[in-house]
Amino acid sequence: MRPMHHIISTREYTKEMFDEILELAELLEPIAKGEVKSKLLDGKVLALLFFEPSTRTRMSFETAMIRLGGQIINMGAVEASSIAKGESLSDTIRVVSQYADAVVLRHPREGAALMASEYTSAPIINGGDGAGHHPTQTLLDLYTIKRESRLDHLNIALAGDLKYGRTIHSLCYALSRYHSKINLVSPPELHLPDRIVDDLLKRDIEVNITTNMEDVIEDIDVLYMTRIQKERFPDPAEFNRVSNSMRITKELIQTAKPEMKIMHPLPRVNEISFDVDETSHAAYFKQAFYGVPVRMAILCKVLGMEDQVREGKL
Amino acid sequence: MSALQTEGTSTDKTDKKRSDKLGDKNDLRIKAIENGTVIDHITAGQALNVISILGGGENFTNTVSIVMNAGSSRGDKDVVKIEGRELTEKEVNAISLISPKATVNIIRDFEVIEKRKIQTPDYVCGIVRCINPNCITNSEPIESKFAVAADEKVKSLVLRCVFCESVMTEELIQFIE
Repeated sequence: MRPMHHIISTREYTKEMFDEILELAELLEPIAKGEVKSKLLDGKVLALLFFEPSTRTRMSFETAMIRLGGQIINMGAVEASSIAKGESLSDTIRVVSQYADAVVLRHPREGAALMASEYTSAPIINGGDGAGHHPTQTLLDLYTIKRESRLDHLNIALAGDLKYGRTIHSLCYALSRYHSKINLVSPPELHLPDRIVDDLLKRDIEVNITTNMEDVIEDIDVLYMTRIQKERFPDPAEFNRVSNSMRITKELIQTAKPEMKIMHPLPRVNEISFDVDETSHAAYFKQAFYGVPVRMAILCKVLGMEDQVREGKL
Repeated sequence: MSALQTEGTSTDKTDKKRSDKLGDKNDLRIKAIENGTVIDHITAGQALNVISILGGGENFTNTVSIVMNAGSSRGDKDVVKIEGRELTEKEVNAISLISPKATVNIIRDFEVIEKRKIQTPDYVCGIVRCINPNCITNSEPIESKFAVAADEKVKSLVLRCVFCESVMTEELIQFIE
């Protein structure tokens, strides 16, 4: 089968495209956990080009590749590379893509991954492009919902910084493929942009906008929390007021359904209190793990190995 | 601009002005050109921007004639005549963004050998600068690319950057020099 070429954005993905990757991830989960050994990507090389700091994305790609028997090459710190000498991204991509079978790129500028894909025939996987897209995060979020709750007709609350968070924006479009009811919980300053709300309504998605977590906590299946960044508020007192009003505590979730799950892309600061970690609602650390099978699925897909996975030739 | 000429500015032309308003095509205030391009039906007030798109500056040596706010049956319009030059597709695409109803007439030996309406393309490449300073096209040696759509709410063209998805309405368009 011809490999899916690049993974740049999931904005226009259909439900079938999402399902295909989620199903592959489920088949690969035993390998991700280290329960089954695999040489599926033996001889394959993945290049990691991270122009911005990353912990989870970078390390979970490394784990995914190693667990599948492949190798990694890493550009390392920008200061120690040819970028520091003034090399353009397009030149870096043209060079590095000849050393590897696929490239994961994280870059501070919007559109970087799409541009990179125009300069190479090696598959480019977008590991985050500025305020643009982070498709592998969206896919692992969907996978977490699938594994920990359910995807079809989900009642989900997206909370925190809905204005600037690219994770939230991409997730909204993805959830719309599964007919979810979406509750948007944020302070007025950080509401989801109108254009995205309009797009959701055009896709016949039920959207409920509120500033109060208590309005929705009893009814939802999943609460997706995001960090509110201090730099969005010129007044520190205003930041404290807003971040406290959005804080998830053990007390707040007492009225939630027992099966309600809390997700967070991490890192958290204080938006989920530590005593929530010990409850059955906390799914954010599992969510971080699910990045491994999902990124394995993506690697198998772009490297043309998905049929082997389906046939159990792991 | 080295060779910009405007004619017919005398003040005793009240009747003439009226006939312009009535759409008398034989009474245009600039003379016919032998070879080159006439861009007609430019949205009134946009002629100088058209010149700017065509690279009007110190290195622009073609003779150019401009009429602004001339009468026509379709209302006021601007007209630009450029001698000795036929427009490229890229230039026509750029003009379409500021004046979608313009027509381009190619003239050879004083005859119109080709007359076509400008069509707004689905995409414009390398013409417009992205408004988002953090867009990759503003830092890398790569052509900008925008999807062009009509926004019915604001009754104007809207450009969406293919790379960063920033959306620009007509008044925010900045052409690459």
